[in-house]
Amino acid sequence: MFERKPIILLLLAALAISVGTLVTMVAPFRWINDPQLKIAEVRPYTPLQLEGRDIYIREGCNNCHTQTVRPLLADVERYGDYSKAGEFVYDQPFLWGSRRTGPDLARIGGKYPDAWHYRHMVDPQAMVPRSNMPKYAFLQRPLDTNLTSRKMQALHFPYTSADIAALQGKSELDAMVAYLQKLGSDIQWRKTAQVAVVGDLRNPFQENKSVLSEGKGIYEKECAQCHGADLKGGVGPALANLDKPDAEVFKAVYEGLSAGGMPAFGDTLGKERVWKVVTYLKYQQRH
Amino acid sequence: MSLKEGYADDVVKGFMTWSIIWGLVAVLVGVLISFQLVFPQLNFPPYLTYGRLRPIHTNAAIFGWGIGSFMALFFYITQRLTKTPLWSPGLARFQLYLFNVVIALAAVTLALGMNRSKEYAELEWPVALLVVILWVIFSANIIMTIVRRKEEQLYISLWYILATLVGVAVLYLVNNAVIPVSLFKSYSAYAGANDANVQWWYGHNAVAMVLTTPPLAIFYYFLPKSTGVPIYSHRMGIIAFWSLIFMYLWTGAHHLLWTPVPDWVQTLAMAFSIMLIAPSWAAVFNGYFSMNGQWHQMRDNYLVKFLIFGITFYGLQTLQGPSQAVRTFSAFIHYTDWVPGHVHMGALGWVSLVIFAGFYYLVPRLYGREIYSVTLVNLHFWLAVIGQLIYSISMWVAGVQQAAMLHASNPDGTLHYSFMETFVEMYPYWHARAGAGVIYLISLLVFIYNMVKTVTSGKPTQLTASAASTNA
Repeated sequence: MFERKPIILLLLAALAISVGTLVTMVAPFRWINDPQLKIAEVRPYTPLQLEGRDIYIREGCNNCHTQTVRPLLADVERYGDYSKAGEFVYDQPFLWGSRRTGPDLARIGGKYPDAWHYRHMVDPQAMVPRSNMPKYAFLQRPLDTNLTSRKMQALHFPYTSADIAALQGKSELDAMVAYLQKLGSDIQWRKTAQVAVVGDLRNPFQENKSVLSEGKGIYEKECAQCHGADLKGGVGPALANLDKPDAEVFKAVYEGLSAGGMPAFGDTLGKERVWKVVTYLKYQQRH
Repeated sequence: MSLKEGYADDVVKGFMTWSIIWGLVAVLVGVLISFQLVFPQLNFPPYLTYGRLRPIHTNAAIFGWGIGSFMALFFYITQRLTKTPLWSPGLARFQLYLFNVVIALAAVTLALGMNRSKEYAELEWPVALLVVILWVIFSANIIMTIVRRKEEQLYISLWYILATLVGVAVLYLVNNAVIPVSLFKSYSAYAGANDANVQWWYGHNAVAMVLTTPPLAIFYYFLPKSTGVPIYSHRMGIIAFWSLIFMYLWTGAHHLLWTPVPDWVQTLAMAFSIMLIAPSWAAVFNGYFSMNGQWHQMRDNYLVKFLIFGITFYGLQTLQGPSQAVRTFSAFIHYTDWVPGHVHMGALGWVSLVIFAGFYYLVPRLYGREIYSVTLVNLHFWLAVIGQLIYSISMWVAGVQQAAMLHASNPDGTLHYSFMETFVEMYPYWHARAGAGVIYLISLLVFIYNMVKTVTSGKPTQLTASAASTNA
């Protein structure tokens, strides 16, 4: 038998491991990234975005952040529309990650305005007080563009010499923010997946002072990073004199405002807590 | 003994020493990054951030400590089981130099941010190329020694060694296919979901071919050597061997459940993961049944204690792993701290305990000196086991708690907790984990101290005669 024939044993072992390999690793190339699964809106990275992606890889961001939203209620409500194979065809390597020490970033693009990211990368704790993310202030150094053209050619991504020239004066942080803002935003999921508020938009807590402290607590946790602890504004506008009807404020918080980069809080906070924040904000304006 | 038979044991000593040094590096970096998670001010950008240090931790552990010690133990075992001196001691000595160059280069390049981002395959292509050369000369030496053997029968350990050689070669070559841009930068040859599927085919079978078959080879050799009685069933070992290496390769996509990888690939991975319980537990039963009438040795023989605790953690690991590979449970605990808890039970409990047993067996025989202090061996054992258990249990609890919070919803279907509300609940567990890492670090220092004292001032051994009589 082959327990006396090492070379035959070696070949048989190779054969044994090649069966599962062929079926589950080689064969799927036929089905994954199939042209039929192509999503027309998904675009290759621009030179600036690609440089940002390479910085993301260099810094090992994928050790704490995943980039794939699973078709599970908790994932979809928290991060956005579930990830589709066609969205990753330009990702060499893929960056799905394996551990969410921080939140998933597959759909971070367009969630916050650029200013939020700049502040957050330089000093994460300034925006998210109990975060354990390292400070990336050193990314404010100039972007090295020596390899950019070769990188774009290696990946067969379209670019012009004007694109490369436009990188002059950019910092690594500019590239990182450009990359983050592209993530998951090629498909128009924010518009189609938007939670529409149905029914009568009447504040159930109007003039109910008992919810003010809770509303203030939610504000401090979720809103103060951009609008300031004293409502005087920062990344977002000041809210101290919010002269808008309750329903309009509610809609802005619940659905977000694509124009100014205001994220939607409907899925994470729910109607009741959004109304409590609105009540708190309106109370500040009136008093 | 080694002089008489002409065995090349100086390289065994070299690999043993250097694997312990890299193991210490792996644990030191592990402790540092566990504290960084609790105190972010311990990140010192750009070189010493969590993102750059974590791959150094995993690479030093898997390649420096794991592969390094397997090279030592494979050289030792293969020469004894074939009753043949190593084919080329010169090549093996070169391999030792190259090994240290590669691991040092890996640490430096990763700290500099040269990183392909694929887990356990982070090294940029020039370093990866050196790894390939390293593996080719290692494989050639082992295979040629086996081919020229004087003992006709191939003991089961040699089967696992041969499978390791071919398995690692295939995995590493395929997953490291790159498009180079410069000496320090390359892109994966595969894109998106394909790249993910190739990566986890590699990643999970690195667990098979680096963290399962080599420790099994070691276990099957050193358990009979330590107890003095043969393994319970050679046939069960053979059946388990073939089914293990056949089934393992189907399971990579259980790391990708609920991702855009095709469902049928995920389902196959799930089914084969469950099936893997059988061959895994065949090895566990083989270990336990070999102890029939010998259980008193758990008290009297510290080698047996390391080996049996090791195979027990292997058994627990191979039940927990398949359960995590089921879609519903994966949906709950994947991406949480549960998974590092699982990984460290395997790494610290199973793989490392078996390697320690091998080294405690080797040192008296290679250096001709008795272990300096059995009390310190026992102290090392208990600190290692306690540190590992605190690590794993705190991470399992943390993972379940965070998962439960992340999935909790309000009556209107909205989520009950924001991400940060779940995140801040992790801090107490991360403190516990950092403490567990310190305990494990102390256990390792006790081990190293005991080894150094043994080599420098242990009593001369009397065991040449008894070792010869129990030769396999």
